[in-house]
Amino acid sequence: MTDANPQILQDLLSADGFEKVETWVSKYPVERKRAAIIPIMSIVQEEHGYLTQELMDAVADYLGCPKIAAYEVASFYSMFRLKEAGKYVISLCTNVSCMLAGSGDIKKWFKDELGISPGETTEDGIFTLKEVECMAACGGAPMLEVDKQYHENLDLDKVASLIRELK
Amino acid sequence: MVSIEIDGKKIEAEQGSMIIEVADAHGITIPRFCYHKKLSIAANCRMCLVEVDGVKKPLPACATPISDGMVVKTQSDFAQESQKSVMEFLLINHPLDCPICDQGGECELQDVALEYGNDVSRFSEKKRAVVDEDLGPLIETEMTRCIHCTRCVRFGREVAGIRELGAVGRGEHMEISTFIEQSVDSEVSGNIIDLCPVGALTAKPSRYQARAWEMAQRDSVSPHDCIGANLHVHTLRNRVIRVVPKENEAVNEVWLSDRDRYSYEALEESERLLKPMLKHNGEWKEVDWETALERTASKLNMMVQTDGSEQIAAIAHPSSTTEEMYLLQKVMRGLGSNNIDHRLRVSDFAWQKFEPLHPELGVDLSELENLDACLLIGANLRKEQPLASLRVRKATRYGNIASIGLYPLYHNFDIDHEIITDAETWLGQLAGITKYLYQNQGDSDKEQWADAMDLEGLETLLEPITVRDEHRNIAEMLLKGEKSSIILGASALEFSYAGHIRLLAKAIANLSGSSYGFFPHGGNSVGAYLAGSIPHRGPAGADVEQDGQHIKDLFEQGKKGYVLLKTEPGKESVIADKARESLEQADFVVSMTCHADDEAFEYADVILPVASFLETSGSYVNVNGLWQDFAAAVSAPGEAKPAWKVLRVLGNLLNLKNFDYVSAEDVRKEVKGRLSAVGDRIKPKWQCPETLPRDGFAPRPVNMYQIDGWLRRSPSLQDTALAKGQEILKRPRLSPFHNIVGGV
Repeated sequence: MTDANPQILQDLLSADGFEKVETWVSKYPVERKRAAIIPIMSIVQEEHGYLTQELMDAVADYLGCPKIAAYEVASFYSMFRLKEAGKYVISLCTNVSCMLAGSGDIKKWFKDELGISPGETTEDGIFTLKEVECMAACGGAPMLEVDKQYHENLDLDKVASLIRELK
Repeated sequence: MVSIEIDGKKIEAEQGSMIIEVADAHGITIPRFCYHKKLSIAANCRMCLVEVDGVKKPLPACATPISDGMVVKTQSDFAQESQKSVMEFLLINHPLDCPICDQGGECELQDVALEYGNDVSRFSEKKRAVVDEDLGPLIETEMTRCIHCTRCVRFGREVAGIRELGAVGRGEHMEISTFIEQSVDSEVSGNIIDLCPVGALTAKPSRYQARAWEMAQRDSVSPHDCIGANLHVHTLRNRVIRVVPKENEAVNEVWLSDRDRYSYEALEESERLLKPMLKHNGEWKEVDWETALERTASKLNMMVQTDGSEQIAAIAHPSSTTEEMYLLQKVMRGLGSNNIDHRLRVSDFAWQKFEPLHPELGVDLSELENLDACLLIGANLRKEQPLASLRVRKATRYGNIASIGLYPLYHNFDIDHEIITDAETWLGQLAGITKYLYQNQGDSDKEQWADAMDLEGLETLLEPITVRDEHRNIAEMLLKGEKSSIILGASALEFSYAGHIRLLAKAIANLSGSSYGFFPHGGNSVGAYLAGSIPHRGPAGADVEQDGQHIKDLFEQGKKGYVLLKTEPGKESVIADKARESLEQADFVVSMTCHADDEAFEYADVILPVASFLETSGSYVNVNGLWQDFAAAVSAPGEAKPAWKVLRVLGNLLNLKNFDYVSAEDVRKEVKGRLSAVGDRIKPKWQCPETLPRDGFAPRPVNMYQIDGWLRRSPSLQDTALAKGQEILKRPRLSPFHNIVGGV
């Protein structure tokens, strides 16, 4: 195996996606372009659903940073997925406000109704449940996020109708 | 300078130093795990919390710069309370497996826990367990013991330049890992074992071999490269258990290369030769020393009488000790032959008379890190001189490096200007740089200008040369750098026009006000020159009546008798095939070797078992001319004897004068005595070559773990990806600013 290849990322993305990547990189000084690693990995994840080793390597090569640095970032932030996920990834907050307002019941609802615990995907591959830390919407606790949309002041009925809609 | 007070002690210290540095310098102990003087400050273990007057919170001593009038308390109730709390956190997940842990007894966590830990844990929750990493054959992992100090991660990022380990995951799930199944391939990977404050990373070959308190520590010097890294050799019942670095800021700092660290394995793990062997009617027989040496002496004597002394030759490995090489040449010259050499990997001897007294680097090893500009010629530093490579890497913080070589090289530092050339145009490339400098002489306002050399003939030589942009860039880089250096590596020395390369490099150095030097092969080439293990000069550069033949002629023309010292020319020479052929055709070959599987069994007549490195006393002289002597750490197995003793007896059997040495030190004193009389008799000379030939030949480089008999027989090293040529070739992808000073 030889040196890193910064070209691979372009082949792995749509023209649109790669343009977005380049826009992000252009916002930082050349010698600090790795600062764009989080938005770039988000773009890559959006197109591919989750981050494989191949994709993370390509991002590292593109930014000229050690591959392990890409793995560190991807494994640190909960918004990055390293395993295949369902069509919809539901991020359920279980931090203190949501917990007090009943997020535990919602978590249990997912287990009872859809048969998934946090980190699992439904058999039909549609829903993945993720337990996340505070998403700064305590005023509307309990809350969850799906498809970049916050759903607040939840109760079990609201969750059930949301899931029906998505299906 | 500012004045501060630590634990009531008034101290003057440099502004900007951290509390922990000042405390260390004054013998005040502050516990720590993540802080290491050679690494960047992470301040993530929090063990070094101290109290500072006027600050309500405890401050980490490693990351708190001192200021005038600061009053620091490391032992106050507040400081101790803070340290104990941190200790309690660190022990939450650390397993209580000290009795089976290799680090037990020399563990920083154990020591600090004894002082600051509670004897009973308040945590009844389960401890976490972490899956181990497979980092290859050199490093054993027990990742459950890891306390996340990140010293190993920072070592890769900052010192080695190739980051393979990282902190993956977050919070309680954080693990030190390569993340993907991958070994750590760095040539200096073993240093993370020393850095690890706990038993998470330990030396694989010595696992479960001994307890820290059982071992005796003896000092030695590494034989594998001309840095001369200082070693602590840890032994138990006459066995070497492991080798760790001995700190020497001027030589190896606190590091060792993996081959310095693990080559000791060859002492026990290889087939050792235990008795002298004699070939009789084509059969090898074990004999006693007397028989073997008498046979050798009588055969050598006879050959001198019947064939003439010019028909015998001696070849020493450049990692032999100075004393061994001195006695070897003394035997040979006593017999009337100047045919002695150690330059197994040199092929151009045309300019040998122009050489200085001994090979030299031209700049102190410790100064490599302060160079403003450095031109590497044919030098694959990572593989040839791993520890020098770490120094040059440090220079890239402020300085610029250029490289001219025959292959794309994977340095562990940024290269600003690189020329990858071929054998045909190599000299032309150097001439291009020379020409630019020659045409722009005197334009630089560089201080410390080297004495101008008489460069007669250079103008004519350079006339047909075209100066290209890359030549100008390198030349300008050298002119711009206040401290600049030209350094030649193995490919340059092995090239068939190595003399031309050296002359041009010297002209470049002179015209650009740079120092000039090179890293010779083996651990003791410098000692070999001083001891007179060369055909054209005696010990201490003494004139010889008639030059002996150099090693290339010795093998190409074939001699009737050969004496080999710790070398297998068929594996080491640049003309290996030719060397083997000559050895096979010789009438008489005697080989002094450590190994029962030495290639000499295929062509020698007498094979003498000699002590290995770590088993003999002696000295090596490093590339800065630093003499480093050492005693044996363990005794040699079987009947093997230190080679200097064997040569002493041989000298006596041959009735040669003055062979009555009692110790290696006697021999050393004799060499040094002769050196003190050298003065400036030998001055390196320069002369313009007449042409720039294009028909040069470059031998294939040797793998870094194949260069001597011990490395070839070190099982763990041979098992690494590096030995198999399977390492992932990586270059640092970041600007040095990021890599060394900060950033992730």
